Amino acid sequence: MLFAIGLAGALTRRNAILVLIGIELMLNAANLNLIAFWRFGPHPEALTGMMFAIFSIAVAAAEAAVGLGLVISIYRHANTADLDRMNRMKG
Amino acid sequence: MSPIFYILAALTLAGGLAAILLKPLVHCALATTVAFAGLALLYLQLDAQFAGFVQILVYIGAVAILIVFAILLTRGSETPKEGVYSYAWGLGLVIAAAVFAVLAWAVVHSAGALPRQAAPPAVAVRDIGFALVGRYVLPLEIAGLLLTVATIGAVIIAMHEKGGAK
Repeated sequence: MLFAIGLAGALTRRNAILVLIGIELMLNAANLNLIAFWRFGPHPEALTGMMFAIFSIAVAAAEAAVGLGLVISIYRHANTADLDRMNRMKG
Repeated sequence: MSPIFYILAALTLAGGLAAILLKPLVHCALATTVAFAGLALLYLQLDAQFAGFVQILVYIGAVAILIVFAILLTRGSETPKEGVYSYAWGLGLVIAAAVFAVLAWAVVHSAGALPRQAAPPAVAVRDIGFALVGRYVLPLEIAGLLLTVATIGAVIIAMHEKGGAK
């Protein structure tokens, strides 16, 4: 459900930052799934799901930093954060 | 499933929905923070204390602040006049609904496939630390390298000034 909400957000909003928020929500939904399956899975003492979730959080943080940096850079360049108006690849 | 789970799930879903549906971007960022907090509490409720606190530190402490700064720097707090949804929002909604339908179908048809065991796994932070520097030391190093590279890259990308830019 959270994943679907995030996907809907990523696909329907105009603003690039909202799209990034949608992506973060999707990543969080995946993390919740990992933790839940670790908790109710056959071998919770093996820590595999937990480790996966922790590394996933780390990668998501890196992705958020780079994504928002890109948004700021594009905003400086094109003076808009509106995805519908970012239709040129020309510098 | 305890009533606490349902309360937290409702809180998280409400935060996510509000993050997507609200119009002012700052409200969206706040709603996202609510969703992250609900997820952290869900992790705590799932006996994953370490992941819960990592979630609070990383998402509420760092990512939410990052989003707020990005909104600030892109003047996104102004609501655009021509609406906040992209021109292909109908298509996006259809795709999201389809994905949700598939996921819900899978969940409903696989209910009961997992053994329901109630005993909470006793995992100390000490065990997680030993696992991190023991069996998972290579992923740990790679994650550290990735974070360094991403930080430097984000700074360089955002620092680059055009000639006439303000």
